[in-house]
Amino acid sequence: MELEMRSCCTHETDRPDAASKRTEPAPAKKLGGDAVFRYLTTFFAFSILAILALMLYEMTGESLPAIREFGWKFVTSKEWDAVQGQFGALPYLYGSVVSSVLALLLATPLSIGAALFITEVAPGRLGSLMAPLVELLAAIPSVIYGLWGVLVMAPWLQSTVQPFLIEHFGFIPFFEGAPYGVSMLAAVFILMIMVVPIITSITREVLLAVPQSQKEAAIALGATRWETIKIAILPYGKSGILGAAILGLGRAIGETMAVTMVIGNAPNISLSLLSPAYTMPSVIANEFAETTSKLHASALMEIGLILMLVTLIVNAMARLLIWSVSRSAKGGAA
Amino acid sequence: MMRSVGFRKAKNHLMSGVMLACTLAVLIPLGLIFFHILKMGVSSLSLDFFTHAPAPTGEPGGGMANGMLGSLIMIGGASLFGLPVGILGAIYLSEFGGSKVSTLIRFAADVLSGTPSIITGMVAYTLLVVPMKGFSGLAGSVALAMIMIPIVLRTTEEQLKMVPGSLREASLALGVPFWRTSLKVTLRSALSGVLTGVLLAVARIAGETAPLLFTALGNQFWSKNVLQPMAALPLQIFSFAIAPYEDWHRLAWAGALVLVTVMFALSLTARYFGRTGQAR
Repeated sequence: MELEMRSCCTHETDRPDAASKRTEPAPAKKLGGDAVFRYLTTFFAFSILAILALMLYEMTGESLPAIREFGWKFVTSKEWDAVQGQFGALPYLYGSVVSSVLALLLATPLSIGAALFITEVAPGRLGSLMAPLVELLAAIPSVIYGLWGVLVMAPWLQSTVQPFLIEHFGFIPFFEGAPYGVSMLAAVFILMIMVVPIITSITREVLLAVPQSQKEAAIALGATRWETIKIAILPYGKSGILGAAILGLGRAIGETMAVTMVIGNAPNISLSLLSPAYTMPSVIANEFAETTSKLHASALMEIGLILMLVTLIVNAMARLLIWSVSRSAKGGAA
Repeated sequence: MMRSVGFRKAKNHLMSGVMLACTLAVLIPLGLIFFHILKMGVSSLSLDFFTHAPAPTGEPGGGMANGMLGSLIMIGGASLFGLPVGILGAIYLSEFGGSKVSTLIRFAADVLSGTPSIITGMVAYTLLVVPMKGFSGLAGSVALAMIMIPIVLRTTEEQLKMVPGSLREASLALGVPFWRTSLKVTLRSALSGVLTGVLLAVARIAGETAPLLFTALGNQFWSKNVLQPMAALPLQIFSFAIAPYEDWHRLAWAGALVLVTVMFALSLTARYFGRTGQAR
């Protein structure tokens, strides 16, 4: 807030006309009110850009000590030792990438299927009941998913799913080891459950933007419902659906609480999905409030910076793809 | 690629079945989550939960009333910072916004709302916790406000755009200055829609945990001073869920039930306002 106030004042003095208008007496009052209003709203709108810039600036500035100290070694080294002052982020990068990509691979087909069912297949009333339900689910706080994950899902995985996998597929490196419950597998599952409602509800919006005439044309040619979906709806919404999936990826990479609660928080790089792992947001959540040195804090900041840049790029890409569909849909209607 | 009608019909049914299966696969885990929250939450709720702070380790009983109070204070603070920025910024976008800059601002808001909330917490930490030499509810509020702003901005702008131009013109023709027209006519006629966005934003930040981990930090006791570490319901759910005590798990379930109930109530109210707004 303090910072906002400061930039507010420089903003006023930057524009001498605004300052002079305020000092003028009654006649200019009406005009002044509008001018002030305009500047005020402009200031608040631009503060969005300022917040984004400020975030990037702060994160970069705070990461500099770690960047200077370790350079590229930061992202290639696996050694993370606060006592020795050695910080390598590879296990966290690995955990983040593997958990979110696997979760996305599972979640995307399910979400597309569910979105198609809700918009195209389900009888009218059922569809209109389910759509808001899915949106409601997309808004459930992640700490609640984490609570369920750590108290219900992880014990279940430990007692049934993981022993089964070890017994029957233990010869595959992905499923070897001991059943801990909290594991990469648990993180993948909880992430999948969490991103599915998000991808479903955005895919649904994209599908709704497909022009009705497109569907009618396919139906007029005698296509069945599935053929209509295949030839008229999916190709049209392709880039938007891709955007929805990428947005889901962004959520999965940045997801903190639920993953921290179920992934086991061990900086391993292991092929086995059954072993505990760690992610970028989780290590920040666990260590940031209790850093032991300036360098430790800076290393966590650098992880935050990497996380922020990755999600910025991922989100920008997703938004552009989704916008391209809704814009072309609007253009087609006009 | 001519295929028999029978084959095509069969394939249609098969794919409809697959889509139904996908929907069920999506809804079953979510149904299970609700089942457990209800089952564990209802049996763990008590009057103490709403009136007491957590009991010391090892003692039974206690509640999360201090967390609920802390959450309320921080949500209030966040709204105080975030709502004016979001709503006035939205007025700029809908009433004055030139094409290119507005698109950039919209884009920035969308990207910002997709940034992991833990990053917001880190930024609030460097901006407030370090200079003020301590974790505080204020820092928590600022972190939450930064999450709230893009949501309020985008939803409010959409609502303002739906207000017909003739309404603005009528007001201006009566000699009402533009700023009064914007606030008293345009904003007021979009009020129910704006409220929808505000409620959704509040619902979103009510459940945020990660940005509070190193801003508000949490507090075992009653905390009303915004310059001191402050308890919050989601933070308590987190720390109690990962603790190894059965009693604390029960409190966490009760907390989850309360949080989900509040969130759904907010969402449903928002939906109600959204509907009345559209009907007009």
